[in-house]
Amino acid sequence: MQVQEKFTAETFPASPEKVTLEGKNKFLGFWLFLGGETVLFASLFATFLALRNSNAGDPPTTEMFDVTLVFIATMLLLTSSLTSVYAMYHMKNFSFGKMQLWLGITILLGAGFLGLEIYEFKHYTHEFGFTITSSALGSAFYTLVGTHGAHVAFGLMWISTLMIRNAKRGLNLYTAPKFYVASLYWHFIDVVWVFIFTVVYLMGMVG
Amino acid sequence: MVDKKSRGHINSDLEFKKKKHAREMKYQVLSFGLMIGLTIVAFLTVATDGVGSWFTIPFIILLAAIQVIFQLYYFMHMNQKGHEAPALFLYSGVFVAFITVLAFVTIIWW
Repeated sequence: MQVQEKFTAETFPASPEKVTLEGKNKFLGFWLFLGGETVLFASLFATFLALRNSNAGDPPTTEMFDVTLVFIATMLLLTSSLTSVYAMYHMKNFSFGKMQLWLGITILLGAGFLGLEIYEFKHYTHEFGFTITSSALGSAFYTLVGTHGAHVAFGLMWISTLMIRNAKRGLNLYTAPKFYVASLYWHFIDVVWVFIFTVVYLMGMVG
Repeated sequence: MVDKKSRGHINSDLEFKKKKHAREMKYQVLSFGLMIGLTIVAFLTVATDGVGSWFTIPFIILLAAIQVIFQLYYFMHMNQKGHEAPALFLYSGVFVAFITVLAFVTIIWW
């Protein structure tokens, strides 16, 4: 099997992301990167946990956080994780069109999540005067949640660039690993969010 | 560089491949349902009055940990073969994460 070879559903390998050496290297390297990302977010989570009551005159998190908004954002991101699973399912079955469709839905859900986050930050800043410089809590909160939001924004750009760049190329052993690795990244963003909604928002509402 | 022998093998495997992918998908949809359920339980626990924070906080962290395991093993395919190195990388990261969080909530600034 060659990298640029044309495939059909019959001839496409079951795990196209790991057939070529380049694919294998991408896979391995990307998981190494995710290990590093875990450490990066751990340092931000640890800082937030240590400073979560140092609000220095800012309203406490129990007053600011809105459970409905966070719940909707969580559902959007969680569902986008499932839609990217669907995309990979169609990739493995060599259905390029359906894969593109589900990736498109993933992007829309992710964009919805990002929109809510921007609204939320704006709301805290204007209503409560809660900013990145107003307290240690503010610094820790905006750095942690903002770094996650930046990852979401990067993921949206990454997946949409992949979709556009490979629209005419279709699926082969060169493009399949690219889509696979991008979907891993998207799931990892959701993994981080699970801890953010638990540690930052839910624990912040408990007090 | 077309391997005729393996090509014929792949041809006859189309049905098998499709079934295998469909089965994986079924487990992924099931784990999605579970993840939604865990999320809702976590939100409800916090919204319910009269539950002490001594219970709520460890409980919702446990729910998050379970949910992340489903995300990693089903959505990110760590339950499949050939994920030994990814597991090593990820768990090394988790180990450092655990030490970092432990240090920050127990020693630093206290």
